[in-house]
Amino acid sequence: MTKKYHVTTTVNGDEYEVLCEPQQSLLDVLRDTLTLTGTKEGCATGDCGACSVVVDGRLVCSCLMLAVEADGKKVETIEGMAKDEDLHPLQKNFLEFNGLQCGICTPGILIAARELLKRNPDPTETEVRYWLAGNLCRCTGYDKIIRSVLVTAKEMRGS
Amino acid sequence: MATILEKSGFNPDRKLKIVGSSPVKHDGLDKVTGRAKFGADYFLPGMLVGKVLRSPHAHANIRSIDISAAEALPGVKAVITRDDFPEIKAGTPQGDVTRNVIAREKALYEGHPVAAVAAISESIAKKAMKLIKVDYEVLPHVIDAVEAMQPGAPILHDHIRTKGVKGAENQKTNVVERLDLSMGDADKGFKEADVIVEHEYDSKPMHQGYIEPQACVATSTEDGQIELWCCTQAPFVYRDRLSEILKIDASKINVQQSELGGGFGGKTGFYTEPLAIMLARKSKRPVKITLTRAEVFRGTGPVSGTKSRVKMGVRKDGRITAAEAELVFQTGAFTGSMFSNAPQAMFTRYDLENIKTVSYEVVSNRPKVNSFRAPCVPQIVFGVEGVIDELARKIGMDPIDLRLKNAAKEGYKTIYGDVFGPIGFVETLQAAKKCEHYTSPKKPGTGRGVAAGFWFNRGGETSTTLNLAPDGTVTIIIGTADVAGSRISISMMAAEELGVPVDKVHVRLADTASLGFNRVTAGSRTTYSVGMTVVDSARQCIKELTRRAAQIWKVPDEGVVFEDGYCRPASSNVGDFEPLSIADICKKTTMSHGAIVASTSMNVTGAGPGFGLHIVDVDVDRETGAVQILRYTVVEDAGKAIHRLQVEGQYQGGAVQGIGWALNEEYIYGADGKLQNPGFLDYRMPVASDVPMIGTEIVEVPNPRHPFGLRGVGEVPVVPTMAAIANAIGDCIGIRPTSLPMSPPKLLKLMDDAKKGKGR
Repeated sequence: MTKKYHVTTTVNGDEYEVLCEPQQSLLDVLRDTLTLTGTKEGCATGDCGACSVVVDGRLVCSCLMLAVEADGKKVETIEGMAKDEDLHPLQKNFLEFNGLQCGICTPGILIAARELLKRNPDPTETEVRYWLAGNLCRCTGYDKIIRSVLVTAKEMRGS
Repeated sequence: MATILEKSGFNPDRKLKIVGSSPVKHDGLDKVTGRAKFGADYFLPGMLVGKVLRSPHAHANIRSIDISAAEALPGVKAVITRDDFPEIKAGTPQGDVTRNVIAREKALYEGHPVAAVAAISESIAKKAMKLIKVDYEVLPHVIDAVEAMQPGAPILHDHIRTKGVKGAENQKTNVVERLDLSMGDADKGFKEADVIVEHEYDSKPMHQGYIEPQACVATSTEDGQIELWCCTQAPFVYRDRLSEILKIDASKINVQQSELGGGFGGKTGFYTEPLAIMLARKSKRPVKITLTRAEVFRGTGPVSGTKSRVKMGVRKDGRITAAEAELVFQTGAFTGSMFSNAPQAMFTRYDLENIKTVSYEVVSNRPKVNSFRAPCVPQIVFGVEGVIDELARKIGMDPIDLRLKNAAKEGYKTIYGDVFGPIGFVETLQAAKKCEHYTSPKKPGTGRGVAAGFWFNRGGETSTTLNLAPDGTVTIIIGTADVAGSRISISMMAAEELGVPVDKVHVRLADTASLGFNRVTAGSRTTYSVGMTVVDSARQCIKELTRRAAQIWKVPDEGVVFEDGYCRPASSNVGDFEPLSIADICKKTTMSHGAIVASTSMNVTGAGPGFGLHIVDVDVDRETGAVQILRYTVVEDAGKAIHRLQVEGQYQGGAVQGIGWALNEEYIYGADGKLQNPGFLDYRMPVASDVPMIGTEIVEVPNPRHPFGLRGVGEVPVVPTMAAIANAIGDCIGIRPTSLPMSPPKLLKLMDDAKKGKGR
């Protein structure tokens, strides 16, 4: 039996204690141990961005981070994006402008886009495209994703 | 069961309130909040982790498999091999299916499943896999389809004899079939031509590239009652194939589809689902198998790589006189490429009289190919539309004008025997010709290309149920998959028919126990076919609503009409009654007369063919050979766009998949027969920064066989893409590529050749 490690981590404001194997990724623990399945696994090699989460303010691929590294850290996932009844403006606009088709890449893209707008509230189309270049989408051709982000940025600047 | 939709009732003057708008899709909220449950998001109490042991060899006899050490490892609950599956004769359709699920006599490609393990954790399952001893006799392998056709090539299957060739009955071969499909007299047609262009083309397999790897959870009782949760485009087909290869009654198997994280054809056939079921049966516990990305690349369906030769002749006035093609399709280790689509579709959209085609399907030591949007057609259209572009240049004609001159119209009899009804190819070309992209000048030094595409569009067996709740709201149960948002389009069509707001109509994905058989969700059939059954059901419900209104008012049935969601007196002679809404009638009568429900099961026919034209501007970096897509426009006939944003999304997504296929994506094999790029880093699909916004122009030439005039829109958007880009590259650098993908090294060589005066 592989020795397990005790990890205490905060996810979307809630503190969790988990026992995890040393090789388990943060993604594995989020999905399989905490059953927070909104974060998706597309590749487990950091190439698709479906598992994007924020750890202590940094946008990371949770498949590339060991769960033990999340000890004492604050993790934000898609499940924490809407506050109470209110969708984040990105979530609202992805619905309005059809920025999703199948939806598997959507959680990762929303998390990544939110981090972009925190850092750059007025991105150009090119900046949005390069920021999201680590998030693969196979359905949409990106057009409506990029538009949804640009509309949201404008809306958030206005408010 | 009975359908009342004998005639579609298509009325071009009908004022539509909902169809043609773009409401927010009802499944969207769960998808933006992370609540939507995809294949890997199911968990059951006591669930085990399943892992698949795969062949490291491209071609090997399997002498023996020793699982004793793996079974003895603490935490391992089941190990299965070929011995756990019923024997089915090789060379039969079911024999091929079961042998692709798990190798029997031979491993036929690197990644072919050989055994599977279920354990209490992933780490234990992985350890157990290392303890399985497989005794392989490695055999010579063949990867390339043309090499596999040669005498002396390694033979994959002892039973294959080339279908369609006389005298081949005694000859073992890798050529599954030769298909000759012709019309008119091509030789005569070429004699009438002023200009003839002929080239050879090739394409590499690309992967469907869905972001969600296949995943499933299975349970099984000792007597074979099976529950299966999985991401699939074909829950009913999975059930029936599982029934055949596991020898279990279909009624004992219940398949519940999850949300589908992309499929594009790649989830039309199962892979590890039977393994999960047999592991569950052996362990008596639920088993979940989730593929890794490398397994997706090595073990699941890429598309067919091809070799082709295309020849066409044209008169100086622009009339195409003849077309000829020879096509070779690599199908992977088993037959099933659907290659016959290609000779049927490759020239169809032009009203040609003289066509000659010969096509071959060939097995080689690669994963069995699977469907992808317009299976086997885009990689062949790559050549056809390139030849047409060159013909236009040679006779000095605008490329869209040449296509207009030869465009098929209503009444044209196709090479596959169908006669076109009202179609919109001419309208599509006309729209393209006057769109802003085509009429604006290209930037100096860049290239512009156009190409056209066609897809049959499909109908097929479809079964749905529409329920009116006591409060008058509507629930629709469908058994097709929702690959990109069909649920909202279906809600819209029902809402339009019933005259209620779209938020009063919700569509649910059923399990296979809840409905009759539904064919696979593929071929651009779903919104069309489900639209037909749901409109039929809505009309049945309307009939019942008017009957009940008549009873309430104590008037004859024909004294009631249904308009805009209300039952009204047919005339003032009937009486002065307040109109009754669906909710009024359901509230008043559900408890006394029972719920109003209609089910429709149809084999839907009458799908309207789809046509598109793509316009693309590119720049080619003369130093690196890299291609930049500067501008892209998709013009396509949707018949009627039910949900405009969804239709645009189909056009845009298809085009960008085609851009990947055109410029980057390919399966790369080493001399050892092993795939060298089974990951997204080395198998590079387009990312957001690779592409511009994709312009769309929705042409609407109604399909009169559908109540709202719609045609499928899922396949056509990828059909012309690679050809359009090749034509644009040709325009830019003076020589048109003939090999996919058009990657930088190939373009550097082409530009070098062009400098030496080899341009065309």
